[in-house]
Amino acid sequence: MSKLIFEHSQKGKSSNIIKTTKAPIKSLPKELVRQEPIGLPEIAEIDVVRHYTQLSTLNFGVDSGFYPLGSCTMKYNPKINEDMSALSEFANVHPLQDESTIQGILELLYNMQQHLNSIFGYDAFTLQPVAGAHGELTGLLIIKKYFESKSESFRNIILIPDSAHGTNPASATSVGYRTKSIPSGPRGGVDIEALKKVVSSTPNLAGLMLTNPNTLGLFDENIIEIAAIIHQAGGLLYYDGANANATLGITKPAELGFDVAHINLHKTFATPHGGGGPGSGPVGVTKELAPFLPGPMITKTANGYTFNNPAQSIGKVHSFYGNVGVVIKAYAYIVTLGSQGLREVSENAIINANYMMERLKPYYTIPFGFRTCKHEFVISMSKEKKEHGVRALDVAKRLIDYGFHPPTIYFPLIVSECLMIEPTETESRESLDTFCDAMIAISKEIRETPELLLEAPHNTPVKRLDEAKAVKEPKLTFASFCK
Amino acid sequence: MKYSPITEIDKTIMFEEMKITGFSSLVEDISVKTEISHIPDLSEMEVKSHFQSLIQKNIIGSKTFLGAGAYNHYIPSVINHIAGRSEYYTAYTPYQPEISQGTLQAIFEFQSMICSLTGMDIANASMYDGATAVAEAAILACSSTNRSKIIVSETLHPEYIKVLETYLINRNISVEITNIHQNQFDENTAAVVNACPDFFGVIKDYRSVIDAIHSCKGLYIAVADPISLALLESPGKLNADIVVGEGQPLGIPISFGGPYLGFMAAKKEYLRLLPGRIIGATIDKEGKQAFVLTFQTREQHIRREKATSNICSNQALCALRATLYMALMGDKGMTSVAQRCLENNRYFKETISKIPGFHINENEITYKEFVLQTPVPAEEINKKLLADFGMIGGLPLSKYFPERNNEMLICTTEILTFDDINQFVSICKSFAA
Repeated sequence: MSKLIFEHSQKGKSSNIIKTTKAPIKSLPKELVRQEPIGLPEIAEIDVVRHYTQLSTLNFGVDSGFYPLGSCTMKYNPKINEDMSALSEFANVHPLQDESTIQGILELLYNMQQHLNSIFGYDAFTLQPVAGAHGELTGLLIIKKYFESKSESFRNIILIPDSAHGTNPASATSVGYRTKSIPSGPRGGVDIEALKKVVSSTPNLAGLMLTNPNTLGLFDENIIEIAAIIHQAGGLLYYDGANANATLGITKPAELGFDVAHINLHKTFATPHGGGGPGSGPVGVTKELAPFLPGPMITKTANGYTFNNPAQSIGKVHSFYGNVGVVIKAYAYIVTLGSQGLREVSENAIINANYMMERLKPYYTIPFGFRTCKHEFVISMSKEKKEHGVRALDVAKRLIDYGFHPPTIYFPLIVSECLMIEPTETESRESLDTFCDAMIAISKEIRETPELLLEAPHNTPVKRLDEAKAVKEPKLTFASFCK
Repeated sequence: MKYSPITEIDKTIMFEEMKITGFSSLVEDISVKTEISHIPDLSEMEVKSHFQSLIQKNIIGSKTFLGAGAYNHYIPSVINHIAGRSEYYTAYTPYQPEISQGTLQAIFEFQSMICSLTGMDIANASMYDGATAVAEAAILACSSTNRSKIIVSETLHPEYIKVLETYLINRNISVEITNIHQNQFDENTAAVVNACPDFFGVIKDYRSVIDAIHSCKGLYIAVADPISLALLESPGKLNADIVVGEGQPLGIPISFGGPYLGFMAAKKEYLRLLPGRIIGATIDKEGKQAFVLTFQTREQHIRREKATSNICSNQALCALRATLYMALMGDKGMTSVAQRCLENNRYFKETISKIPGFHINENEITYKEFVLQTPVPAEEINKKLLADFGMIGGLPLSKYFPERNNEMLICTTEILTFDDINQFVSICKSFAA
C-alpha cells in the first residue's frame, strides 16, 4: 500500500509557493498565539505531485471504464464543461461583488433557472441546494412552510415507498416530519390499495415523496391516480429526481402532478461526481410554492439581472448561491445538447438499459423482467446465493476482475441480493456487450468455479477489506495510526 | 448523437434483440408525454463563444479587497493539475474500496490534517460548506446533550446565521443570537457557536466562555478560519468540543460562492453522532493496510429516518484540493500566508487611520479583515477604486446591516502588496473629510 503523505515528510523540505516572511508578529498578544506546530508534512513539490498522482492510479472513474452504478447515472463528463467552469471570470468572481460587475454570471444562472423550468415543467427553480439530499431538505421545508401559510401546520406525516432512497426518510426527519412506509405492489410501483388505506388513516398527511422511475428502474404506471389520491387528501407530491435521466423530453414531473422536485445536476446533467462531491441539487416548484423558495433568486429586469428574495422564503440552505461552479458545467451541457439532444439522452439511456436486461434475462433472475425498464434494472442473486453460496457482493467483486466498476448492490432493499444496473446513454453497444458477456461468463463461473467469485477481486491494489476491524479499532487519522 | 455513441444501426440491432420495432414500445407505460420547448443546441466551438460573451459581462478586478466568507488566497499550480486528474473527479463515492484507494487515502489524509490544524481527535470527510457545517454541529450538540437551545454569537457570518436558523428552527431547536459572554448559559443550553476570527475579522481570547459553557455541561462549537490556525492557538488546545469552518481558503477558487468545503472536527466521544462520511484505516485479507468508509451505521442508507443527518455525500474533490494545499504549504507555508494576511491587515489599518474622516476600532485585534468607517457611503469609494485602478473594494456593510451605510469590511489576504494597499488608501484620500 502507498505510504501516507506524512511518511514522506523530511525536515527541511518544502515547496516554493510563498516567501517566508520575517515580519515579527507584533499585533498578536501571546495568549492567542499557537504554541505547538501544526504537524503538516514537510515535502518537496515533486514528491507531493508523485504521491497524489500515484494515488489517483488506484481509483476507477468514468474515464477509466464502464461504471454501471445504478441510480448514480455515471455518464461521461464532457471536458468542455470543465473548461467553461474554470474560466477565470467565473472561477475568480466574488459572490458579494456589486451587481453591475457580475451581469455575466447572473445571466447564466438566470438562463439555467429558465432551462430547468422548461425541461421539468415548473414555474421556478432554485439553484441553491448542493446535493440531492440537500434538495430534498429544501423541498420539504418548502412544503412545511406552505402548510404553515395555510394554517395547516398539523400536517406532519410524509409517506415514502419502501423502494425509496434512505435520504428520503432521513430528510423528512430533518425538517421535523414523521414518516410512514408504503409497500410496493406486484408490478413494482406503489401499492395503490395500501396507499389509499394509509392516506385515509392519516388526517395529518403532508405529502408523498416518490422517485419516478423508481429505484427498480420502473415508471409508476399509476402516477396520475397517485397524484390524485395525495392531492385529494390535501397533501403535496414530491419528486425525487435521482432518476430523471429517463425522463428528458419524454415527460415532465410537473405535468405528472408533482408539486415540488429536486434534480441532481451531477447525475442527469453530466457534472462529475468528484469522488463523492461537489454536486448540485436544484429544486423546482409550481406557482403556488414559488413564494417559499430559498433566496435569493435571480430575476431579469429592464436594467439587467438582479437578486430577489421570495416573499415567504424558507430562508437560506447554503451560503451565497450554492455550487455555482457545478451549475456552470450543467449549463454548458444543456446548451450543447439543446431540447432535441436532451430527448436523445433519455431515449438512448432507456434503450441501453432494456437491451442489457434482454441480453441477461436467460442467465439471471430479473424480478421485474416482465415489464420494460427505464434507465436501469435490477437483478436478484438470491437463487445463486441459495444454490451456490455466491452473493451479489461476490458478483460485484468479480466484475472488477473483468475491468468494470460494479453495479450498485443491496439496493433497493426490497429486492434480496440486488444488483442494480444503470448503463447510461454514453456507453456504446460494444461496451454494453462486453459487460453482458462478462456477466454471462460469471453466471457460468457461479456454477462451476464459485471460488473465483468468493476470492475476487484478484488483481486490485488491495483485496477485500476487514470492515469490522475499521469499526472495532477505529483509526481515523494519521496520529491514531502512529499509536 | 452528442456524447452518446449509439448509432441508428446500433438501434436497429438492439431493437431486434429486444423484439420491438422502435423506441415507443419502451415508454408505453409513461402516461403523460411532453416535449421540451425549444432550447437550441450548440457545437463545442459555439459553446465557447457563447461563454466568451457571458464572461465579458463579469469584472473580476486586478486585485480584490473583498472577503466576508469567500477569500482570495493564492492557489498553487499543482492543485489544478492533480485535482484535474479524471481518476479523481470522474469517480463516485468510494463504495468499492478495492478500486477507490486513491480517493479514500486522500480523504484520510485530509481528516488527519484537519485534526492537526484544529487540535481535535476526529474529523469527517467534509460537509457542503462552512454554513451547513455550523448547522450540523449545532444539531450534533443537541443530540448529544438532549437539549434544544443554541446560543449563537451575533458576530458569526450573517449567511451562516441564516442557514443555521433554517436548519434548526424546523427541528424545534431555539436559536438565540447575542453578544457572547460567560454569564448567559443554563441547563437548557446545548451549545454556544462562536467564530474566531469573527465576521468582522476580530480575534479574542474566549477561554472564559469555553469554561462557562462547560460548567453548564454544554458544548463549545468553534468556527475557525483554517489558515488563521497556523498562527492562532488551536481550538482543541482551548478545549473546544467541535470545530467547524469554511475550507475554501485552502486552495479552492472563489467561484461565485461555491463549490466550497465545510470541515468538521470533534473530540472523539462524538464519533457516533458525527454527520457525513468518515474514512478509517483497516487491513485487507492479506494484511495490507487499506482505507474504507466506516461507521456507516450512523448514515441514512442504513439508518434511514434515524440517521444522524440526511447528508450522503461529501465535497471530496474540494477536500482533495485542501489536502494538496496543506501538503504543499506545510507548517512553514501556512504560517507565512497567515503572517502576510496579518501584516497586510496591520499595515492597512495603520495607513488608513491617518486619513481624516476614516476610522478603525483601535481596540480590536484583527486577522485578515477589519471594519473601516468611511466619511461617504462605502459604494462610492468602491466605484472610484474600480474606475481608477481596476480593483474590487471591500464589502459595504449595508449589504447585511442596512443601517451601517458608511462602513466597509476590508479583506487583506497575502495576495495584496503594500503597493496595492497604498493605491486603495490614495483613493480614500480623495474622500478625506
